[in-house]
Amino acid sequence: MVLSPEDKNHVRSTWDKIGGHGAEYGAEALERMFTSFPTTKTYFPHFDVSHGSAQVKAHGKKVADALANAAGHLDDLPGALSALSDLHAHKLRVDPVNFKLLSHCLLVTLANHHPAEFTPGVHASLDKFLASVSTVLTSKYR
Amino acid sequence: MVHFTAQEKAAVARVWGKVNLEEIGGETLGRLLTVYPWTQRFFDKFGNLSSTAAIMGNPRVKAHGKKVLTSFGDAIKNMDNLKEAFAHLSELHCDKLHVDPENFKLLGNMLVIVMSAHFGKEFTPEVQAAWQKLVAGVASALSHKYH
Repeated sequence: MVLSPEDKNHVRSTWDKIGGHGAEYGAEALERMFTSFPTTKTYFPHFDVSHGSAQVKAHGKKVADALANAAGHLDDLPGALSALSDLHAHKLRVDPVNFKLLSHCLLVTLANHHPAEFTPGVHASLDKFLASVSTVLTSKYR
Repeated sequence: MVHFTAQEKAAVARVWGKVNLEEIGGETLGRLLTVYPWTQRFFDKFGNLSSTAAIMGNPRVKAHGKKVLTSFGDAIKNMDNLKEAFAHLSELHCDKLHVDPENFKLLGNMLVIVMSAHFGKEFTPEVQAAWQKLVAGVASALSHKYH
């Protein structure tokens, strides 16, 4: 799967639109994921996952910052995400199915807050972007 | 068998009452065909699907989206008995339409995203969770008779 120039423009304009709300949306996506897909909580036994949790907020910011970084390096996702890729392969070992769940909840969150900008074309590009990020993050698993 | 709590049923019904079947159905199917273009394989007879604009404006996509979403309405009336409610449609999707059940999951998630865009704040994490459970239940019921 390759991101076309149009896909890249869609991703960049989305991240411009997100502005300073990244951390907030990251936390919301995590909350949506934990609520809709309780199995994902198994990776966070040490977390308070209740609404408003400071830990979820902090983790949401981490996820958002990583995605913003990826959005800024669309021509070299493997390079930009190399350290995170190592982390997920050797330390976190999150089963690959879960990346789809978080990606879905990120899309639900973005659609929720920016329905006008979330056109079908932008939606398709974002889905491809998140799938590409997920592929990179699981690329060193074996 | 999937069991829905009273709160989950209420969360589903609350949103469902405001759904415009043609609008949401058409948008959901249109986005499925746009975001996952390989799903167009089931719709060769639908005419022009050559661009996002063509897909979203295609009257046959809108009509079929409405048909599919109307069927979801039946699911909501039979939440305690999805497998039986969808038995006939399950046979149809296997024997006549030859649709890989993976597509039911894709469509279900697409519906959740479209509803999130339409309902905004009202589509809370808890409301989403109830709908995720419903779309998963429908997907499972639709694949139940596959052989």
